Amino acid sequence: MKFVNEFRDAKLAQQLAQEIASIVTQAWTIMEICGGQTHAIVKYGIDELLPNQITLIHGPGCPVCVTPIESIDRAISIATQPNVILCSFGDMLRVPGSGIDLLTAKATGADIRIIYSPLDCLKIAQENPDKQVVFFAIGFETTVPATAMTIDRAKKLDLQNFSMLVSHVLVPPAMEAILGSPDCCIQGFLAAGHVCAVMGYNEYIPIAHKYRVPIVVTGFEPLDVLQGIHICVRQLESGTAKVENQYTRAVRREGNPTAMQLIGEVFEIVPQQWRGIGEIAQSGLGLQAKYAAFDAQTRFPLTSAGKDDKHCAEAAGCISGQILQGLKKPHECAAFGTVCTPEHPLGAPMVSSEGACAAYYHYRQHQT
Amino acid sequence: MCLAVPGKILSICGDDLTRSGKVSFGGVVKEVSLAYVPEARVGNYVIVHVGFAIAILDEAEAEQTLRDLAQMTLVVGAGLCD
Ligand code: SF4
Repeated sequence: MKFVNEFRDAKLAQQLAQEIASIVTQAWTIMEICGGQTHAIVKYGIDELLPNQITLIHGPGCPVCVTPIESIDRAISIATQPNVILCSFGDMLRVPGSGIDLLTAKATGADIRIIYSPLDCLKIAQENPDKQVVFFAIGFETTVPATAMTIDRAKKLDLQNFSMLVSHVLVPPAMEAILGSPDCCIQGFLAAGHVCAVMGYNEYIPIAHKYRVPIVVTGFEPLDVLQGIHICVRQLESGTAKVENQYTRAVRREGNPTAMQLIGEVFEIVPQQWRGIGEIAQSGLGLQAKYAAFDAQTRFPLTSAGKDDKHCAEAAGCISGQILQGLKKPHECAAFGTVCTPEHPLGAPMVSSEGACAAYYHYRQHQT
Repeated sequence: MCLAVPGKILSICGDDLTRSGKVSFGGVVKEVSLAYVPEARVGNYVIVHVGFAIAILDEAEAEQTLRDLAQMTLVVGAGLCD
C-alpha cells in the first residue's frame, strides 16, 4: 500500500462514474471547496466522466488566490525596507498585488526568500541577527499548524528579529458565506480532506443541518473525488443532508488534537478579507496577545503614504472574483490563455497549481 | 502549496515539539516535523504540509475504502487515469 496508485485505478473510476449515473434522477450542483480537488478533477477529466446532470462548481480553496491584495502590498512594503528579509512560499511570489508582485520586488533588490517550511525562517533569523526576518504566513487550516509551531518556537528561542505577517483563512465560515448568498446554487459540498485532517469535521455538522446540504469530507485522488461525489449524490437523491467522511484513511472526526491545541494557544479567530470575495466574519486568524510581539503589522507600522492607498482592484479584464465564487469557469474569461497565462498571470488563480485558471490552462486548452 | 502527497517515514529523532524525521516522497527525502503525529512510527505513511506531518494514513481504512469501491460494481470500463 503506497496510498497513491491504488486510488487512481482507471477501471474502478469508470465503474464508479457509471454507478453515479445509475442513481441520478435529476440535476445536482456540487461544489468542491479545495483547489487540490479542482486540480484532480480537471487533470483526470472527472467532470467529463460524470453524467450530464451533475455540475461541479470549483470553490475558493486556493490559498494564494484568496490572500488579499492589501496583504501582498503590505508584504512588498515591508520587504522593501532596509535590513529586512521577507520569507514566503514560492507560489506567493508571482501573485500580483495592486502594483507589482513579490518577484518583481525581489528583482529590484528586496531580500525575499522562498522557503519550504516556515521553520526555515527561524534558521534564517538566527543566521542574520542584524536583519529583521518576516514570514508572510498565508494558507488554510492545513498550513496553520506549521505557522503555530514556528511562532511558538520563536517565542521559546526568544528571537528578537523575527515576526509574521499573518493572513490565514478558515474554510467553514467561507462555506457559510457561500451558502448564505442569495444566488447560491450549491446543493452539496465536498469538504477539503486535509483541512479536516487537522480540524476534524464537527464544525460542518451544524452547517449541513442549517442549510440542508450534504457535506462529504473527501480526499484528493481521482477515486476519492468520485466516491465523494457518489456519497453526496446518494444523499441528495434520498433527501438527506448530513456530514459523511469518504477520506477515512486520513481524517478522524475530532481532527488532530495536538495541532488543534497549539493553534488555539497561538491564534484567535478574527474577521478576514478574501481576495475576490470580500470580508467574511470570523474567517481568519490573528495572534493571541501573548504572541503580539511577533506581529509584523505592529513591528512595521504603515506609513501615512500607505494608509489610504485604495488602489486594490484586480487587473482590468480579470474576473477572478467570479471564478473564486464559482460563478464563472476560467475559459469564460476573455483574457484566459491569451493575455493571461501561467508565465504572465493577470490574476491569482492563474499562478498556483491549485488555482482553477492554471488547472484549466494546463489540462483544458481544447475548450478555449 | 497544498498538494500534499503521502510520504513514508524512514527515521525519527527528537521528542515532543522537536520530534522530526526523514520522510521519503517516492524517493525524494525531506526533513519533516513529526511533532503533530506523536504516534507515528518508522514505515508509516504521513500527509505532509509545508514541512509538517499532519496525519498518519491508516492502512486498514485505506483497504476498506478500496474494498467498498470494488464491491460497487463489476462492470469494466475504459482507461481514465495516467
Ligand atoms: S484567466 Fe487570468 S485574467 Fe482571467 S480570471 Fe483567471 S487569472 Fe484572472
